[in-house]
Amino acid sequence: MKSFFPVVTVVAAVLLIWIIAVVPMNMHLTADQAQRDGLVVSPDTPIARQDFSGLGLAVRNSHLIPLTYVNIRPRLPSPHQIAIELYDTVIDKKITSKRSLVYHGWVTLAPTLLGFAIGTLLGIMLAVGIVFSRVMDRSVMPWAIVSQTIPILALAPMIIVVMGAAGIQGILPKAVIAAYLSFFPVVVGMVKGLRSPEGMQLDLLRTYHSSNSQGFWKLRLPASTPYLFASLKIGISASLIGTIVAELPTGAKAGFGARMLVGDQYGQPILSWAALFAAAITAAALVGIIGMIERGTLRQMGMKPA
Amino acid sequence: MIYIVLGFAFWAAGWVLNVRLANGPSGDVRSVRIAIPLIFGLTILVIWEFFVLGFEINPVFLPRPSDIMIRMSQELPRLWADFVQTIIKGALTGYIIGGLAAFGVAILADRSEFLTRGVLPVGSFMAALPIVGIAPIFVKWFGSDWESKAAVVAVMVFFPILVNAVAGLRDTTAMQRDLMRTYGAGYWPTLFKLRLPAAMPFIFNGLKIATTLALIGAIVAEFFGSPTVGMGFRISTSFGQLALDMVWAEIVVAALAGSACYGLVTLLERWMTFWHPSNR
Repeated sequence: MKSFFPVVTVVAAVLLIWIIAVVPMNMHLTADQAQRDGLVVSPDTPIARQDFSGLGLAVRNSHLIPLTYVNIRPRLPSPHQIAIELYDTVIDKKITSKRSLVYHGWVTLAPTLLGFAIGTLLGIMLAVGIVFSRVMDRSVMPWAIVSQTIPILALAPMIIVVMGAAGIQGILPKAVIAAYLSFFPVVVGMVKGLRSPEGMQLDLLRTYHSSNSQGFWKLRLPASTPYLFASLKIGISASLIGTIVAELPTGAKAGFGARMLVGDQYGQPILSWAALFAAAITAAALVGIIGMIERGTLRQMGMKPA
Repeated sequence: MIYIVLGFAFWAAGWVLNVRLANGPSGDVRSVRIAIPLIFGLTILVIWEFFVLGFEINPVFLPRPSDIMIRMSQELPRLWADFVQTIIKGALTGYIIGGLAAFGVAILADRSEFLTRGVLPVGSFMAALPIVGIAPIFVKWFGSDWESKAAVVAVMVFFPILVNAVAGLRDTTAMQRDLMRTYGAGYWPTLFKLRLPAAMPFIFNGLKIATTLALIGAIVAEFFGSPTVGMGFRISTSFGQLALDMVWAEIVVAALAGSACYGLVTLLERWMTFWHPSNR
């Protein structure tokens, strides 16, 4: 709660900058439209207006400033336009409608969650293998680390198309990308977590004459929980970003990514922005949910976040 | 059929060799530790080559590594031009702009405890968002040449660097700051001699995360409009021509560039934070 007011202040400052920026960004478009509607605009030709910056034009035509906030096709929509569009497409539309963002959100969310589950499961399994096998540690682990530095995400659209050509369609290709992107953070985090018990703790178990598997279930696995949650949070946002990027340039018909592109191509910027914000809210919600589960689980286990 | 058997044989041989090396007496020698992942990578490549041959997979779906190598050697000038357009002009410019901006904001925010507490949560929240989604909007705003890519990259790298820089600048203890005060050091000497050096490990952490993001941003932004050069442009057009070997060639370049950039930042980190426990 201590940081409530600072956060509100920073967000308010960002919003204020945005609202001010709307005027110069949209001034030329608004001036053109206003002239067509018969309003007085100085300078009175679009070509002459090109010589002015958005700000200069706003100063000369201060009566047009309110109009920059209600442009139908703004370069930069004002926050309230996005809020209205979001309200319209999330709450007012039926969720079965093709124009409902909830529908598009589910199209994106389903492969994200499926992929995230697969990626996490495989990641944990590989991490267990790495911790117990020296060979796997030495041969696979360096590649797991190097793979983090490779811009795989940029290839997501291609993977979709290849799999589509091979006859795999629907939810699966996107889930594969989501799985891949959440896989490596989980591997790296879990290896760290499973290795986190100290020598003293391992020695104690040895004095109890516990077997390797008892050591795993009773010490290593519980000890890795904070690390697991830390990587789950990275993994879920990577998964969502991967699914959205996979939708962007592949001609997908539904989903947040498709929505962003459709708005862009058909001259409805408010649509793109609303999809962008809906995606951001979804990402925040997913990370938030994992954060809540993390706090609950760790409190029950009496541990602190990694 | 013979290729499939050969593939399995090679895999078994590589595995046995690695088991011997890793569990053998020289398992901790530096050269062996480097050799083991290399052998693993090589076996993957050989299996890939043999399986594509053996199962007669259409090269339109999956080209052989040897095809990709041949294609790379033939297309070097074009790959280089794409590299310059995307990595040097787009990603690097954006990385520098975004990094400097983040650094400036971090130092400004750091002057007040109130701002720091506001910037940290907002920044780490923004860092988890799908910022790449702004790529189509930015391509519209800044045109299709590298300027729009640099803008996308700048926004993408801004938040991770900002969060790490702000967190790093807070990382000095009261004792250390008190010592500076007893020396009569003002704000600027304290910043340059104590707090910035102390923040370096954090800042480099942010810079490392940002290298991968920069490449992703620059390549993805090219999918939405670019001149007829650039890695993203080449990937999407070669794809349209079903020239998968060219797509893979660009992927190899992207992977090498990504690892090289990361390695460079890591080297710089070693050199600048030689005093840090993790480097001693």
